[in-house]
This record gives sequence, structure tokens and C-alpha cells, in this order.
Amino acid sequence: MTTNTLNNAQSTWARLRPRLKPLPYLLLLRTLYFVFLFTILPTFKVLRDSQIYFHPNRPNRVMETNLQLPGIVAEPRSIRGPHEVGLAYFRAMFDANSEIGQQFRQVMGNTLVYVVATVPISMLLAFVFATLVNRKIRGIGWARVAFFYPTMLPMVSAATIWLFFFTPEYGLLNSALRFFGYSGPENWIINPRLALWALVIVAIWKNAGYFMIFYLAGLQNLPEDVYEAASLDGASWWVKMFRITLPLLRRTTLFVSVIAVIGAFQTIDHALVMTDELVTGEADLLLYEIYQQRFLLQNYGLANALTVVMIVILLGLTLANFFLSERGDDVD
Amino acid sequence: MSTNRTLSFPATTRARVAANRQTWTDWLVTGSTVVLAVLWAIPIVWAAIVSLRPPGDSLGRGDVWFGSHLTLESYQRATALAPFFPRWNAYSADEFAERVGMGQGGFAALAVVVLVAIAALIAFAARRWDWRPRSTVILLVIVAFGAALVLLNTYGAFTTSYYSNTLQFVFLTVFVQLVTVTLAGFAFAHFDFVGRRLLFTIILLQMMIPTAVLLVPNFVTIREFSTEMLLIPRSIYYREFSLYDTPLAMAMPYFGSAMGTFLMRQAFLGVPRDLVDAGVVDGCRWYHLLRHVYLPPSWPSLIAWGLVSTSFHWNELLWPLVITSDRARPLTMGLLRFTQLTDIGAQWSLVMAATMIIVLPLLLAFLIFQRQFISSFLHSGLK
Repeated sequence: MTTNTLNNAQSTWARLRPRLKPLPYLLLLRTLYFVFLFTILPTFKVLRDSQIYFHPNRPNRVMETNLQLPGIVAEPRSIRGPHEVGLAYFRAMFDANSEIGQQFRQVMGNTLVYVVATVPISMLLAFVFATLVNRKIRGIGWARVAFFYPTMLPMVSAATIWLFFFTPEYGLLNSALRFFGYSGPENWIINPRLALWALVIVAIWKNAGYFMIFYLAGLQNLPEDVYEAASLDGASWWVKMFRITLPLLRRTTLFVSVIAVIGAFQTIDHALVMTDELVTGEADLLLYEIYQQRFLLQNYGLANALTVVMIVILLGLTLANFFLSERGDDVD
Repeated sequence: MSTNRTLSFPATTRARVAANRQTWTDWLVTGSTVVLAVLWAIPIVWAAIVSLRPPGDSLGRGDVWFGSHLTLESYQRATALAPFFPRWNAYSADEFAERVGMGQGGFAALAVVVLVAIAALIAFAARRWDWRPRSTVILLVIVAFGAALVLLNTYGAFTTSYYSNTLQFVFLTVFVQLVTVTLAGFAFAHFDFVGRRLLFTIILLQMMIPTAVLLVPNFVTIREFSTEMLLIPRSIYYREFSLYDTPLAMAMPYFGSAMGTFLMRQAFLGVPRDLVDAGVVDGCRWYHLLRHVYLPPSWPSLIAWGLVSTSFHWNELLWPLVITSDRARPLTMGLLRFTQLTDIGAQWSLVMAATMIIVLPLLLAFLIFQRQFISSFLHSGLK
């Protein structure tokens, strides 16, 4: 019995030994170190620090009030340094009566509107662009360049240029709208109802060309013979489009939708230019709110709690995508 | 006559009608392509034109394109207002050594040692890996340029400027990434080791939780990353430093890249196993395999990754905004400050000149190497 176990152990060791050579671990060490330092560790740090209240350590600040979190007894003395508050921030975020809860609701609503508006429209436009430029005629390369170049611009520059288009009196967008009979110079950026849509427009303009190239590649990889067979059967353009092209591009669509959604969550550069100081809360996206709470308002714990929400959303989306793409497809 | 013809050649007529309809739809498609392309191109064309207006020339209703005359004055004013381009600082050797943070002799010795080490490494690699001289020279020039930029800036040889900061940030990030990504992809593709799947999953976590989202804790990490954490003894380097507000701080979170690792692993997995086995039989060490078997067919992937990473980091704003305050501001942040600095409504030509200064290098590169850029972005699927 003992010898048997020993033999087993020895054979296990013999089996594992060639697979335990240090070289691959050494090659991976750098990548692992930085992934650990800037992704894994921070994730846990965020979980820990979302339960901490830091007094904004400056006098004469408007924010210098007592803790106003549900379930926490406000102390008369001023709190300095870290203060354990447990899950109070999360309770506050999901409590519609508290100030934090209302803010959170608004931010999540904005983010939802932003993502739901940006992603499908830019994907639709990307598909339209791809079908338009997927032809072999002279000068089509220029059309591709025209659609794709916004990808090469920084979001800040795009937002700065678009800032002019949204200008009230002489902005190009308003001029165009006036040309089509929509009167009334609207200041898109200051108007709370339009600021979010201004962000949406910029994001769509910026991203449609980027998603286009994936559809373009998908279209160019489609099998010719299927279309020939369909033509012989007398299928119209619409039938080919909806019965052949779109189903065959299902994987492309899934892939593009994933990068589009994740990109929509993590891009707020245009908000920094366009809605900075001008709109109070009406156009705040989730990441922008995190930035604001941490670096402008010094709400350390709240920023961490919001980051936790963000991580949960992103992980959920990735897992959903994983299970969606697994279904009916072969792995690897 | 016509009826006769129709009767005698029905097929041809139908074909002609079909052909006519074909051209009609063709024209429609072409027309909509042109309209959409022009719509999409308007912003950059407008920016380019307005940046050429004289700086004081304010825009008005019906006067938003060409100004009184075309001039580069706005560019001059913009570069005078904000430090886009670096200028040399003149220092004596003593001042320079003081800035470096060690005695003059110590610095000279260190410089000699580092230079000799780099030269030896490159000579060794060139001999061992059988590099063709041209690629070796190109690599040498790029590395030397980047290293010189980083070193000179660290020790204040030129005034801090948005361009030098962005160049350092991008160079550091992409250079380190190319190395880490190649080695990690090679490890995953070539070796079979305990915990391979687990480690791969851990690295892929970074794809699900993007670095941009973790800016709150990463800020703390960078702030605390200092001389002591790097285990540099005071006797060698006596100046206290934190990474905050340096190009290295901007670059560091991107040193390990899940997307790039994944990309290179896929590329390496595409290499036929027989080729690798033949190499092993011939007695190749792992670096021979990497250089002569795995890398040659994978260069396109690596270059694609480099291009995409470059444009991504060139355009990045949020993380630099958080982690830099004054010295290390990159171009994008320069533009942000510039828009806040100038009263935009009155100075569109100035702001657009600043925008063009930032945008031009990448845009020109893209216009010249369109095909490579587009296929790179297609390859990587990462913005």
C-alpha cells in the first residue's frame, strides 16, 4: 500500500517534471508581473477600498460634511483618515432616496442610453459602409479612407472639432438643420437634453469606420458560390442580404458588438472636452462619474464602489458573450 | 420595326433592361457612397481649412470656411502659447550631473557601462541570431532614439513638451510591449507546462477588465511606486522619486498586454509543428526557435500590433490626465488644456491649428500606409 502510493507519487512527479521546467515561467514573468500589478491586484484593492470613507482632507471645501450614508451614524467629530463603512456606499447607490442613489440612477441611465444608442447605430452604419465600399471601382480606396480616418484621430481632437459643429449661432450642424427647415439655434452642449446626444453623435462618427473594416473583411471572406446559387434561383438583392449575408456574418456581428460595447463603456475623452463644467450630471457616463468622484470631488470610497459596479458590468457582458459565442460553434 | 426586334431578340432586350437597371442602381450606390464619404470627411477638412485662417479672424454665420487669406500664423501662435515642441536646455556638465542625482564620475561610469552593455548585447544578438545588417541598423536607430529621448528628458536636457512626452510614452509602451508580448505568446504557443491554461486565463482577465477602468487603484499604485519599491539603494541613487508625472508612469500599466499576448500566441500557433520539430532535432535552443522558426512568418502580426498600439497610446487621454500633472503631459492633454486655456468661441483657428498639430503625424502616416494600417486594425481587433 505504502509502496504503491510512493510509486504513484513518483510517477506523478515523473510525469509533471518535464512540464515544470522554469523557462516558460521565466518568459511569462514580465507579462504576469504587470498584469498582476495593474489588473489583478487593483481589482481586489477596489473591492477593499469601496468599503472605506476617506475624509476629503482639505479645509474650506463644500464637500466637508459628515458622512451621509444610509446605515452609518454621522459622528460629530471630524473624521480623518480611513473610516470603515462596510457596504454603505452600495446601499446608498441602490437607495433611490439618498443623494448618491439619485446620482447613480442618473449616471446608469445615461450610460445605458449612450451604449444602447451608440452601439447599434454605429454597427448599422459600419455594415452600410462596408457594403458600399466592398466594390472594385476606381477611387473606392478614398471612400475607405474617408470612413476610416476618424479611428486615427484622438477622441479629444474629434470632440474639439465637433464642438464647433454644435456651436449655436454658426455651427455647421445647426446650419445644416436650419437648411432642412429645423429652425432655432440649439446649443447642444449646454442643453441638458441634447448634451448626451452630442456625445452619442461624436462616438458614432468616430467608431463607424473602425467597425466597418471588420464587416469589410467578413464580406470579402464570404463564399462566392452561395451567391451564384442564389442568383440562379432568382433571389433578389434583399433576399440575398437578409437570408445569406447577414446570417453568414453572425460571428462578425457578435465580435463587433462586444468590442463596441466595451469600447463604449471605457471611452469618455469626448465627455471631458464637451460636457466638462457645462452640464451638471445630465450627460455623465459611468467612467466619467468615477473620474469625477475620485479626482475632482475626492470621494474615494464612492469612486471605488462605482468601479466595482463597472467591473461587474464588464465581466457580466464578457461572460454573456462567451456563452453566446460558445453556443453552436466549435471551440478554438 | 421595334416590335419586330423585340419579338426576334427577347433575351437581348431583357438583358439590356437588366443592364440598364444595374447601372441605375450602381449610380445610386456610388452617389450615396460619395455623399456619405464627403459627410464623414467634412470635420477634418473643415479643421484643416480653419487652421489656416489668421488667428484673430472670428467665425460667423455663413463665414465658417475660408478666412481673408491662407496663412500659417495660427500655427505659430499656437506653438507660442503652448509647449508642443521641445527646445534644448543648455547645462554645464556639473549642473547636468547634479540633475542626474549622482557625482559626475559616477554618472560617466554608469553611462559607459550601460553603453558597453547595450553594444555587447546587440553585437551578440546580431551574431547569434544572424540578423541582416539593415534590420539591425533600423532596430538600433529606433532603440537608440527612444532611449536617448527618455534619458535626456529624465535629466532635463530639453524643455518638457507635449511631443517629447507623447513620443516617450509611446516608445516605452510599444517597445516593452513588443518584447513581453512576443515572449509570452511564445511561451504559451511552444511549451507545455503546468498551469498553462490557468495563467492564460489570468492574463486574459486584463481583456475583460480594461486598464482604463481601473484608474482609481492604479493611480495609487503609481503614486506609491518609488525608489524604495524598486530596491535601489540610496548610495547609488540618492534622489527621492515617485513615478507620478513621468512618461514611465503613463506607460507602465500597458507593459503586460493580454490582447497582444493572445495575438502573438495565435500567430505562433499557426506555425507548422513539423517545422518546429525539425528545428528541435537540429539542436535549436529556444531563442533559435523563436528567431528562425516562429518569428519569420509572424512578423505581420507583430508589426500590426505595434501599429495599433502606437495609435492607441498616441490618442490616449484619460490615464495620462490622471497620472500626469505638469511635466509629463502628452499631446492629447495638451489639446485639452489648450481648449480650456483659450476662449474657444473666438479663436477657432487657433484651436484647430493645435488640433492639426496633434493629429498630423498619425494622419499622414495613415494616408501613406493606408493598407497596412487598415489591415493592422483588422488583425488586432483592439482600439
